[in-house]
Amino acid sequence: MTDTVLIDVQELSRYFGSHCAVNNVSFTVNKGEVVGFLGPNGAGKTTTMKMLTGNLAPSTGSIAIAGHDLLDDPRAAKSAIGYLPEQPPLYRELTVNEYLDFCAALNRIPRDQRLAARDAAKEKCGLTAVADRLIANLSKGYQQRVGIAQAIIHMPPVVILDEPTVGLDPIQIREIRLLIRDLGKEHSVILSTHILPEVQATCDRVQIINDGQLVLHDSIDGLEHHLQSASLTVAFRKDAPLSELESIKGIKKVEQQREGRLRLFYEPDQDPVDEIVRRSAENGWGLCELRPGRVSLEEIFLHLTTEDKASDEEAA
Amino acid sequence: MIFTIAARELRSLFLSPLAWIILAVMTLVFGIVFDISLAAYSQSPLPDGATASIVPGLYELAMVLLFFIVPMITMRLFSEERRNQSLPLLFSAPVSMTEIVLGKYLAVVAYLSIMVVTLTLMPLSMMLGTSIDFGLLFANIIGMVLLLGSFTAIGLFMSTLTQVPALAAILAFGALFLLWLLKLPAYWFGENAVSYLSIASHYENFLKGVFSSADVMYYIVVIALFLVFSVRRLEADRLGG
Repeated sequence: MTDTVLIDVQELSRYFGSHCAVNNVSFTVNKGEVVGFLGPNGAGKTTTMKMLTGNLAPSTGSIAIAGHDLLDDPRAAKSAIGYLPEQPPLYRELTVNEYLDFCAALNRIPRDQRLAARDAAKEKCGLTAVADRLIANLSKGYQQRVGIAQAIIHMPPVVILDEPTVGLDPIQIREIRLLIRDLGKEHSVILSTHILPEVQATCDRVQIINDGQLVLHDSIDGLEHHLQSASLTVAFRKDAPLSELESIKGIKKVEQQREGRLRLFYEPDQDPVDEIVRRSAENGWGLCELRPGRVSLEEIFLHLTTEDKASDEEAA
Repeated sequence: MIFTIAARELRSLFLSPLAWIILAVMTLVFGIVFDISLAAYSQSPLPDGATASIVPGLYELAMVLLFFIVPMITMRLFSEERRNQSLPLLFSAPVSMTEIVLGKYLAVVAYLSIMVVTLTLMPLSMMLGTSIDFGLLFANIIGMVLLLGSFTAIGLFMSTLTQVPALAAILAFGALFLLWLLKLPAYWFGENAVSYLSIASHYENFLKGVFSSADVMYYIVVIALFLVFSVRRLEADRLGG
């Protein structure tokens, strides 16, 4: 079942006048996956999401949701989507219950199942206590939750959330992340964010988009594996001679960091840990810290998004 | 699906004091005017009969008031949703643009129909003392419904154009007023093609009790035209942007 493709995007592009907001993006999302969509401001995240949910027509390319083409069979495709835009689409003059009833009817849930669907959505998003309050009087965090409840009320196979944790306090962020992980068990989730730890905490896969182009598409596990083997952080009680460290086989570069820590970059297939420990013991450097230096997602992100710009400028 | 959207729209309409106050003020104004014209008729009855001397005046006044009322009701329809950014809820739901437009349209027509009912109860109350001309009354009611249907379609279209409700109201009022003004050339040049396009000149036939299918068609074309414009305008939002 995990291999069912629920979102299939092929060669998607979108122009605003002559400005190309999304450029030839293709990807697929399988059932039960949480995909994090990362990118700097104006990279095309929201534009892509708007196109996936039928709020914006693509200039070229095709989108299929749960096997239904969004342009040829919009009704079937849209009933498979739950969408939370950047700004939750709420009717502030309604109560939470009234609003969710409307959303249930709008998504063609049969009349006799609407109550159950509403209660399930409220339960999942922790809204039961505020069910009879006006949406206008709820805090931003609760309004965000109502927005999420609206997106999942019809149990769509695909849930698309645009910056779901913006404007929430840390506790609410944690709860929403748990909720997203939970959703990932039964639904496919795409979420966009510019908070990188959020992706590491909630997603199975990560996609980085920059200037409308997909620059990275990998699983979190694959990504971390890739990152781990690149460097080491070490610290010695005595000053170790840098030149000797650099001479160790496989080490490419030594970088000094705060509090006497050193960062060693090495060839991925030549792990120098054993050699460092041996020399430290022999020469009495007093090795007191040794850990695999993980390049954070942040660094990859910066690397990918700024390198592209540099090469673009060269080209221009 | 159309009715789901219409029901939600009506609910929101009645949750604001605006809808209630408009209904109350309209009923009060109609009541006073009806009372005055009834009193005038009972002082000096005209040979045309009670219905002909009272009803057309009342329904003509209703038209004048609709020029102001309809833009105030329709202005929110799309512009407020645009401003609150709640349109994606409708756009990403499995409903077509036509259903969205028709739903909102029907909500306003249903609301204004309440006004027509309270308005019509007044001449009906004359049945207590005299017989009334039902043919004339029905022609007036049908004319009124067609008129408010076209006003609403125009107001709804104006509301798709902007995010600012007040601007939508002014645009709608301007458009309605211009359509009414078209009948002015008839005063100097007689009936002509321009005055035929006026939204008021067709209504006058209904006021006289003339039910002509050409007038009905005029209003149906206006309604259909502006509803299609609205759908196209919203589709263009998706395509352009």
